[in-house]
Amino acid sequence: MRFQLTEDQRALRDGVRGLLARLFGSEALWAAVDGGGLDRGLWRELGAAGFFGLRLAEAEGGVGLGLPEAVLVFEEAGRVLLPGPLVATHLAAGVVPGAATGEVVVTAVGGGELVEWLDEADVVVGDAAGAVALRSVDPLTPLHRVPAGVSAARPGDLFVLLTAAEQLGTAVRACELAVQHARTREQFGRPIGAFQAVKHLCAELLVRVEVARAAVYAAAVTADPVDIAAARLLADEAAVRGARDCLQVHGGMGFTWEADVHLCLKRAWVRAERGGSITESEELLAGELLAEAG
Amino acid sequence: MDLAYSPEEEEFRGRLREWLAKVLPTLPPKPSPDDWPGRRAYDLGWQRMLYDAGYADVHWDASPTVRLIFLEETEKAGAPYVGAGFVGLLHAGPTIAAEGTAEQRARWLPSILRGEEVWCQGFSEPDAGSDLAALRTRARRDGDAYVVSGSKIWTSHAEVADWCELLVRTDTSAPKHRGISWLAMPMDAPGVTVRPLRTLAGSTEFAEVFLDEVRVPVANRVGEENDGWRVTMVTLSYERGTAFVGEVVACRRVLGEVAREARVNGRWDDAGVRRRLGRLNAEFRALWRLTQWNVSEAEASGGVPGVGGSVFKLRYSRVRQELYDVAADVLGPGALDLGRPWVLDRLSSLSYTIAAGTSEIQRNIVGERILGLPKG
Ligand SMILES: Cc1cc2nc3c(=O)[nH]c(=O)nc-3n(C[C@H](O)[C@H](O)[C@H](O)COP(=O)(O)OP(=O)(O)OC[C@H]3O[C@@H](n4cnc5c(N)ncnc54)[C@H](O)[C@@H]3O)c2cc1C
Repeated sequence: MRFQLTEDQRALRDGVRGLLARLFGSEALWAAVDGGGLDRGLWRELGAAGFFGLRLAEAEGGVGLGLPEAVLVFEEAGRVLLPGPLVATHLAAGVVPGAATGEVVVTAVGGGELVEWLDEADVVVGDAAGAVALRSVDPLTPLHRVPAGVSAARPGDLFVLLTAAEQLGTAVRACELAVQHARTREQFGRPIGAFQAVKHLCAELLVRVEVARAAVYAAAVTADPVDIAAARLLADEAAVRGARDCLQVHGGMGFTWEADVHLCLKRAWVRAERGGSITESEELLAGELLAEAG
Repeated sequence: MDLAYSPEEEEFRGRLREWLAKVLPTLPPKPSPDDWPGRRAYDLGWQRMLYDAGYADVHWDASPTVRLIFLEETEKAGAPYVGAGFVGLLHAGPTIAAEGTAEQRARWLPSILRGEEVWCQGFSEPDAGSDLAALRTRARRDGDAYVVSGSKIWTSHAEVADWCELLVRTDTSAPKHRGISWLAMPMDAPGVTVRPLRTLAGSTEFAEVFLDEVRVPVANRVGEENDGWRVTMVTLSYERGTAFVGEVVACRRVLGEVAREARVNGRWDDAGVRRRLGRLNAEFRALWRLTQWNVSEAEASGGVPGVGGSVFKLRYSRVRQELYDVAADVLGPGALDLGRPWVLDRLSSLSYTIAAGTSEIQRNIVGERILGLPKG
């Protein structure tokens, strides 16, 4: 058992982190918030970098890597709040022509009967008939809602797992933002991170990140539905609670539009819905307790 | 990332399983939780069996992964816990192995491994708990001995211990972290008085230890004089690093039992109860994965367990308390009956966020040592 990143996995993560810093740094994030619309150029660059075709065999024009690698890549995407129906397009690679290269944008009907980026997508997986636009809470995720009952399908396990990986990345980002602010912002003549009330918020942010990370990575290795349900619950919690605590650490600044924090929280909320019903994940995990006993 | 065990590791697991299946039915019945002499004999007997079968040193000599497998399999099989051997096997032993002289290792390690001597931990004092370095128990040098006076508190199973890993102040003028030494004190030395304390669970789990001019040979000092704080950090990293592995497995077993009880008594029909059980399943699965992650990390770095143990302990101690709260919810009025399973465990679980460093102190450690936030 070597439940650690391999050299190759580390290199992949660092490479993706570097790529995303270049393609989607803080300025690009804010340009996207102000500009709206999906950046097709960025989408094609992601495609060229293998973002969507990562798990496709090399013979089919993909990179030939596995689920653990995909999870590392989606964690990085979540860390920079990369917008767009990334998971749906990734899962469509090899199925929908053009998805792997980023020429075609694919979205899917997810949990909560929501569809992200419907107007911008070239292909929709699932039945989005009668979808009505919402005023999305997340400035970087336009949302439509399909009438209840039209598309009752539960999101697939890989959809849920890659979403959890994005949540993990956003939780990491929230933790980094909180710690950075706690180290530099001064009150009463000291950095606020010296005060326990603030330090302890930061410590709990990290604890939630590390627990979620272990769960998400393990689920990527096993691809087991119960592991995925567990990963999903913990990653949702790490991202949503993490963003809230990060906002608290930022004080009044955290409540402004200018701080990145609200973008983390809003995206985390959107993804928590995308993973399907939380109750269902909990029920699956509860049921397993009886099943295990035989 | 790989969760598969190597053929050698699986071979170890298979051999251990076979051995457990053979010996566990031969064990005498477990003594009652309050019968400390009985528990001492039982726990040492078990350690002796491990020794004879070649598993005795698994806690500090084996690779972290083999230790993980050992703890997983023994817990799954319902084997006895380290019990009274806890401090010797998990704190004092590893500390002496890492910091002791050749003579000290030869004197103490074999007796710990063979299940002949029990250790206790004399760190906390009435006025120095979280602020451990504020300890005041004094040791004055007199020829080839230290003369120790003071008192210790919350000393687990002091009643039945042969040795105490004792922190004393050997230099009262030095800054508080610098004047401390780490001694191995025989519990039968003249001047040692043990007064058992009753816990809220009704048992005598720990004690007060009074030290009145107790002579401890200078040769029993592990590490340099006044360098005891550093030695203590070695001890504590073991305490937080590996001590809880087996218990995560135990928690998952208990959770399954609670679910089955809920099924039998109808509480399962309450969706709120099911959801809480489901969440706890997610928690303990994740804690097991985190354990595997930490163990692999220790394996890769080859060193003493790191501060990652504090991350684990923070979550684990809270979630384990929640487990027994859910169990109480499932039991209903039965949760007030000490004769029911889990009720005593629920009481015991209240110590998890206190013992081995409170959650507040763990958060300070995570904030300052991992996240690099300034000291308060
Ligand atoms: C079951 C059990 C077994 C034990 N076994 C042993 C043993 O074998 N040997 C041994 O040496 N000790 C043992 N202990 C002692 C244990 O390590 C201490 O109880 C613990 O470190 C807390 O110290 P304290 O009890 O003095 O509480 P205090 O330090 O008085 O703390 C009281 C409260 O104040 C908080 N607090 C204190 N300082 C700070 C701070 N700087 N920031 C924020 N909050 C703070 C604490 O978190 C806690 O909530 C045991 C304890 C228990 C419960």
